[in-house]
Amino acid sequence: MSFPAAPPEMSGIKLEEVLIDVVLRLITGARHVAVGANSPIPAAAAFLAQLLSPDGPNVSLQQSPEHNLWTDGGRELFDSAGQGRIDVFFFSGAQIDGGGNINLNAIGDYAHPKARFPGAYGSAYLYFMVPRIVLFRLEHSRRTLVEKVDFISAPGTSPPNVFRRGGPIALVTPLCHFGFDKERARFRLESIHPGHSLEEVLDNTGFAFDRPERVPETPAPSPETLRLLRQTVAPQLARIYPKFAESVFGIPVASAVA
Amino acid sequence: MGKIRDLDGALSAITDGATLVVPADYAGVAMEATRALIRRGVKGLHLVTLPTSSLQAELLIGAGAVETIETSAVGFGELGSAPRFTAAVLAGALKLKDATCPAIHSALRAAEMGNPFGALRGLIGSDILRQRPDWRVIDNPFAENDPIVLLPAIRPDVALFHAPLADRNGNVWVGRRRDLFTLAHASALSVVTVEALHEGDLLADEVTAAATIPAFYIEAVAPAPRGAWPLKMGDLYGEDTQHLLDYIRLAASEEGFRRYLDTHVFPRRAA
Repeated sequence: MSFPAAPPEMSGIKLEEVLIDVVLRLITGARHVAVGANSPIPAAAAFLAQLLSPDGPNVSLQQSPEHNLWTDGGRELFDSAGQGRIDVFFFSGAQIDGGGNINLNAIGDYAHPKARFPGAYGSAYLYFMVPRIVLFRLEHSRRTLVEKVDFISAPGTSPPNVFRRGGPIALVTPLCHFGFDKERARFRLESIHPGHSLEEVLDNTGFAFDRPERVPETPAPSPETLRLLRQTVAPQLARIYPKFAESVFGIPVASAVA
Repeated sequence: MGKIRDLDGALSAITDGATLVVPADYAGVAMEATRALIRRGVKGLHLVTLPTSSLQAELLIGAGAVETIETSAVGFGELGSAPRFTAAVLAGALKLKDATCPAIHSALRAAEMGNPFGALRGLIGSDILRQRPDWRVIDNPFAENDPIVLLPAIRPDVALFHAPLADRNGNVWVGRRRDLFTLAHASALSVVTVEALHEGDLLADEVTAAATIPAFYIEAVAPAPRGAWPLKMGDLYGEDTQHLLDYIRLAASEEGFRRYLDTHVFPRRAA
């Protein structure tokens, strides 16, 4: 993946570090943050949250026994979420639409798809059960952020009679941070990352969204956050997300086989 | 006959057309056994993954061994997508039962209990549900106006997985990989490969017994050191990331996939 170069006022700070900082603020106060497959930015934010506060959250990485608290197998995440014990989870989507619906399955006609992705993972359940779902998408384009998804792996909102304690609260992209208003079933632009403009967001977003008259700029991570991220969190991440750690923090991918 | 066999002997319990259930990468994937099944030419499998899979489903699908797959995802996480799974779905060459992780847990758990179905929150409004005519929405009979999804139990013919240890009686120690209990309980029988044999009785000490699947669930155990390679095996060894990256690149084409099989699957590894 490639990103635009950092703007001058943030030179030396990588886009991923800004996104990690945005996610960090979204998970403030959570007791238990769970992270699924292929989520290096959320994982980094969760580890940071643990380091930054003595009351930091429990963090459970689904696929990494050294970084989770589970002792009852993969089902324990879903059982815990079903009971309301998990406060935050993260999803992405091949497509995300303006109603907060996410598509992790296929593009085109489902029976004869034009493109196919790994699958829905736990989304069709966790999207309902976890109070704070943070969506992230590292390609901000009209191809990915669409008016209506081709396939609803998990719906953004539900009719009032469907049991639902959670859903999307935000969407973080390389350009901006959207909040999600579940009553209106619409995204609202919260901030634009340094070096980017409202025009760029409008040009590259396929769905309509709400916005304040003046959209604030996303703040840069604090020096303390950056120091912890680079010195303490990055080596942890490298064991779980070797490709990400190589591209963002320059830690080489080594074969895990001795 | 004892339960400890050689690999091919143990795998004879997995017949063409079987419903075979396998674990996700974090729980212990029997990759050496998967290569042996492909060498044997197994076919017509109904493959169920608890709840996801990577290289195991990829190789079986690419080798033409799978007729139907029931899964929540097949992919390599951040390393990339699964090229042979993707190609098979796009070509319509694979019957696909898309699920979501806790639905597979719930359906196998129903089988563990001997129940005809499990129930699951969520799902309503998802196209996953719309594509699954075998799943039903009912009104919760204990509440008013509370729709909930029922899922028929999944009762596999065989579970196949890799574990750290077994004793000579066929008791299998799995540590905290509790998904393997679900697989063993739900399936008619289990075939297990292990890193090593344990001299002694794993059920004799409560510390090991609590994490041991008793032999009565187990059809056969075959020792297969480093048997999850190139996937990870808990605390024992990590995934061979470079190998997986090389695989993903090679398997982008059918011809490259064949070359991978010729290099890594058809020749037996030295013991």
